Amino acid sequence: MQAVRQGALPVSNNNDELIVKIRGLRFAHGARVIFDGVDIDIPRGKITSIMGPSGTGKTTLLKLIGGQLQPNAGSVVVDGEDVNKISRDALFRLRKRMSLLFQTGALFTDLTVFENVAFPLREHTRLPESILRDLVLMKLEAVGLRGARDLLPAELSGGMARRVALARAIALDPMMIMYDEPFTGQDPITVGVIMQLIRMLNDTLGLTSIIVSHDVHELTMICDHMYMISGGKVVGHGTPGDMAHSESGWVRQFMAGLPDGPVPFHYPAPDYADDLLAGA
Amino acid sequence: MMQKRTMEIGVGVFVAAGIAALVMLAMKVSNLAAFTNQQGYEITARFENIGGLKERSAVTVAGVRIGRVKSIVFDDKDYEAVVTMNIESQHDRLPADTSASILTAGLLGEQYVALEPGGDEAFLKPGGDIKLTQSAIILEKMVGQFLFDKAAGGGGKKEEGAAP
Amino acid sequence: MMDWLQRLGSTSLSVFERLGRGNLFLLRVLAALPSLVPRPGLVIAQLYSVGVLSMMLIVISGLNVGMVLGLQGYNTLVDFGSEESLGQLVALSLVRELGPVVAALLFAGRAGSALTAEIGLMKATEQLSGMEMMAVDPLKRVVAPRFIAGIISMPLLAAMFSAVGVLGGFFVGVGLLGVDSGAFWSQMQSKVDLYDDILNGVIKSVVFGFVAAWIAVFEGYDAVPNTEGVSRATTRTVVHTAFAVLGLDFILTALMFGNE
Repeated sequence: MQAVRQGALPVSNNNDELIVKIRGLRFAHGARVIFDGVDIDIPRGKITSIMGPSGTGKTTLLKLIGGQLQPNAGSVVVDGEDVNKISRDALFRLRKRMSLLFQTGALFTDLTVFENVAFPLREHTRLPESILRDLVLMKLEAVGLRGARDLLPAELSGGMARRVALARAIALDPMMIMYDEPFTGQDPITVGVIMQLIRMLNDTLGLTSIIVSHDVHELTMICDHMYMISGGKVVGHGTPGDMAHSESGWVRQFMAGLPDGPVPFHYPAPDYADDLLAGA
Repeated sequence: MMQKRTMEIGVGVFVAAGIAALVMLAMKVSNLAAFTNQQGYEITARFENIGGLKERSAVTVAGVRIGRVKSIVFDDKDYEAVVTMNIESQHDRLPADTSASILTAGLLGEQYVALEPGGDEAFLKPGGDIKLTQSAIILEKMVGQFLFDKAAGGGGKKEEGAAP
Repeated sequence: MMDWLQRLGSTSLSVFERLGRGNLFLLRVLAALPSLVPRPGLVIAQLYSVGVLSMMLIVISGLNVGMVLGLQGYNTLVDFGSEESLGQLVALSLVRELGPVVAALLFAGRAGSALTAEIGLMKATEQLSGMEMMAVDPLKRVVAPRFIAGIISMPLLAAMFSAVGVLGGFFVGVGLLGVDSGAFWSQMQSKVDLYDDILNGVIKSVVFGFVAAWIAVFEGYDAVPNTEGVSRATTRTVVHTAFAVLGLDFILTALMFGNE
């Protein structure tokens, strides 16, 4: 596994069992509290998913791990470094060891597929053009899009764009990839392809994967660990098997997709009858 | 790769055109040509009144520009303006008794220094001084003078007319 | 009355807040400039989209403005019998005022709005965020090259505008209206000063370029990351640049030519 990595590229600092340790995380967006005392452990080398209904701030969590947002309280330790305490330079060095796959792919629209994948290599290494080309083609081959190298992002389907973004995310051989809603809005074939890629990359490259999603079915198939967040707190965690048999009302509602339960169907509102009469 | 080449050529054309435009403005539009040849020699002249003469105003002989005014300072001992002129070096045969006057190009135009060569055998040396000067003609004074004369003269005529 | 005061207060506060953010942003961009030294390719690519693509607009506008100046100037000057001063009139108007100002306004419309839209859309599509997560500073990689390309392009574009404008005035005045060619150039050369006029014009255009590029990249970077936010930011770029250029022009003109 380690042989896949280039010697000069950043490798992990230490061999802690936990690659990400989040303790007492509190984050508020204006008056809206998104996380209120969240503890999460992400084990190294595994696929961990973070689930939760829409609007629970799953993307926000990834940005907090990446150090793009500052928490109001608590700590986020990635690979032994507290992302909010280290300098900007150290944070940038840390970021070279992790990748975030955005929901939209966030490909550079003015660059071809090839140049998109080459981008992090060009920015962070001084490789000769021929080696760079080989590396990029290897990454594209891994996601099955070597033939699409000259296309522009606008010419790609949503699923292809995500695969290109994945190739770009593994360009620097990171220790960890965070996926933001990788399955949303994709057809079943693409979902299958992406699931297979996530599992394959995780195992062959010795990565750690964090998937943020609400696609319970897919997640139970590929995850080693699951966390469930609701109302700013972790309401359950464990292996997919544990979660399926959880006693928690939150987890059961979410795993089974029940319309009403601890997460109410209705947005908080005044009494229905009073509200209707108030207009009369 | 071809695209990169096209782009770089485009930028090359752009920068070259921009610099060419700047050079054209400097050389063709402005008076750069006029004061690049600063090699020359200086002579000074003192005037009671320089009117609207400015630095870099023209210095002419027989209507041909041979130099420019370099500096104008006020001498507070003699209460005069000392005008230093830079004369192009090829015109080094100005007689020592050359006179200088400040004239106006047209009725309302720029003022300039007109030099009138005299008959002296000796030439003005660099740093030399022009002794004979005539100050600028101040239009307001002339108009005032003219009106005054006219009033005085007109009054006389009236008296003449009334006499017989 | 209280409502009105409150609105005034909140508007003023948000204006000051934006100004503050804009200035902080400028400092960060300036701090990012040295990182461009080893990578001139980034600036060249932006010079292409900012400068080269604006060139045609600037040249055609300059030619037109020069020709109109030639025609109108001639019609006025001929009444005083001083149509020989046409060259001076055309050149001074262009070099001192119209070149820097009109070129900056056109620049805001052509290049500034494009810069804002581009950066704003990169933000809206998470490309900037993605770059940050790839440990690439978007200020260095995206904003700084565009900013410096704007500052370099502006004086060149303004010079082209003025130069082409003088040729346009020459074409109309000498070619069509029969002003003497020698008088046209000699009057111009005797009255247009390299330092007082040309250099001050160039200084103006550098200042305008700085301000126009600053506003354009700031509006893009600060845009609300959605379709509406980007479209508003683009509009703001053009409007704010126009106000800033016209206001600064008055101040600069007063400083440069005020004591003559």
